[in-house]
Formats: sequence, structure tokens, C-alpha cells
Amino acid sequence: MSGLDLGQHAGFIWASYLVSFLVLGGLIIWLRLDANRQVKLLADLEARGVTRRSARGAAGKSSKTGKKSSR
Amino acid sequence: MAQVEGAFNRLANPTRFMALASAVLPWITGVTIMLFLTGLYLAFFVAPEDYQQGHTVKIMFIHVPFAWLAMMGYGLIAVASIGSLIWRHPLADVAAKTAAPIGACFALLSLITGSLWGKPMWGAYWVWDARLTSMLVLLFLFLGLMALWQAIEEPSRAGRAAAILAIVGSVNLPIIKFSVDWWNTLHQPASVVKLGGPSIHSSILIPLLVMTLAFTSLFFVLHFMAMRTEILRRRVQALRLTQVDAAGRSAGVQA
Repeated sequence: MSGLDLGQHAGFIWASYLVSFLVLGGLIIWLRLDANRQVKLLADLEARGVTRRSARGAAGKSSKTGKKSSR
Repeated sequence: MAQVEGAFNRLANPTRFMALASAVLPWITGVTIMLFLTGLYLAFFVAPEDYQQGHTVKIMFIHVPFAWLAMMGYGLIAVASIGSLIWRHPLADVAAKTAAPIGACFALLSLITGSLWGKPMWGAYWVWDARLTSMLVLLFLFLGLMALWQAIEEPSRAGRAAAILAIVGSVNLPIIKFSVDWWNTLHQPASVVKLGGPSIHSSILIPLLVMTLAFTSLFFVLHFMAMRTEILRRRVQALRLTQVDAAGRSAGVQA
């Protein structure tokens, strides 16, 4: 057991952990920002009434079914 | 067999994947945090000094998982690329694309932490040793895949080109693994994954394995996050195309 007293090479050990923390922290922040940006872009497009063909297809099918059942 | 294939196909549906990732991500994130807390406690407060490396063995607790996971990340890309080329499955394409930046970070960190260990132990930050050089090539392969994805705008064409590069580049994986046996290297030979079992004492092996599990879990958290975002990006692109098509049709009607 050594605790936090890391001897003469402590600088190299702390530098390894610090660089790893910074690189992985940066990667996590970049992934989060990218995710938020895509969610916002998708919400903006859907708010303007742009929908996927699959969504329109499903809506079309349900409206057709609705007509049949109303007859 | 058919049942397994059916289950795989259901899971490989992007919408189902989004729902599954949202449900699973908080749990894996919790497990990752717990593993890191345990691993760091074992590394700093339980593991003894190595008889040769002294305290610098603590760098091995992060260096080794970075190197293993960089290789696993590339292996994942190669397998997903085969799936993408043969079955043209968009989720395989998404998995391959999103693993590249994560793998690149892990490869970069394995090189940086390795050089920070090398200076006090070998007396040099870098040597053109077969293991170090093949690991540097792996980093360049990740960067090359990322550049290829950026260079070709259409995702399906970019996916095919990147898949071919990824499969060809996978020849580097056995070279990395066996470089310490095939060439006379400064890097030490395998001491964990080898015939006859690990040659490391359990007081150092256990913290190393816990840290490896923690980083593996982190890799999958990051990969799931990135895959979810990539699916959203493709939906945005599809909606923009729909918008352009609709604008084109209405312009045609007016003309």
C-alpha cells in the first residue's frame, strides 16, 4: 500500500492520470455537445413540419384505416 | 439459429437500438463509476510497489487497458465493417463509424502513458520498437478512418470505403499482439494474456483487471452515446433531404 506518496517518479504517474482524465473528459464533453446539437436540429426540423417518410406512411395508413372503419 | 438471427435483427433496428440504449445507458454508467472507484482505490491504496518498476506500476493500471481497448475498438470496427459490407446494415455502419474516435483516444492515451512510463524506466520517451511503432500505426489507422468518413459526404459510400480500409488495416492487430515475440523489442513480452496463465502477482493483477473492466465499460458507454447521436444525425440528414425534395416538387408544380 502506497497511498498518494508516489516517490521520485510521482510527476510521471500524476501526468499519466491527468492526461488520461483530460483526454477522456474532452471526449465525453464533445460527445455530449454533439448529441445535444443533433437533438436540437431534429426538434427544429420536426417543429417546421418536416417528418420522415416512415412517419408519414404510418400516418397515411392509420388515416386510411380510419376511413374504412368509419364506413 | 433462426431465433438468434431474428433477435439480432430486432436489436439491429435503429429505433429499437435507440430505445435499448436509453434504457441501458444509465445502468452501465453507474456500473462504470463503481468500477472506477474500486479500481482506483485498489491501484492507489492496496496494490504494492513492483519490485522492478516501483510506484510507476500505477501507470500500467491505465496504460494496459488503453492498449487492449484500442485494439478491441479496432476489432469491433473490423467486425462491424464486415457486417456493413456483406449485409449493408446501417447499424453496423453506425457502429464502425462511431468507434473510430473513441478507439483513437484510447490508442493515443496508450502511447502517451507508455512514454510517460518509458522515460523513468527505459530512459527514453520513445523508441522505434516494433510494439510501439505498430501501436502508432493503429492510431494512424483510426485517424485515417475518421478522415475518410469526413472526406466522403454520402454516408453509404463513405461507409463502404471506410469498411474496406478497416478490414485491410485489421492485419495490424496480430502484428501488435505478436510484435514482442516476432522481433527483439524493448517492450516486455505478454504477462497477462499468455499460455500458462498470467505471470503477475494477484496483488497487482486484480487492480489491473478491475481497471480494465472499468475502461471496457466506459468504452461501451461512450460507444452507445456516440451511436445514438449518429442515428440522430442520419435522421436530420434524411429530413433535410425530404425538405429539399418537397421544395423541389412545389417549385415544379408552380412552374
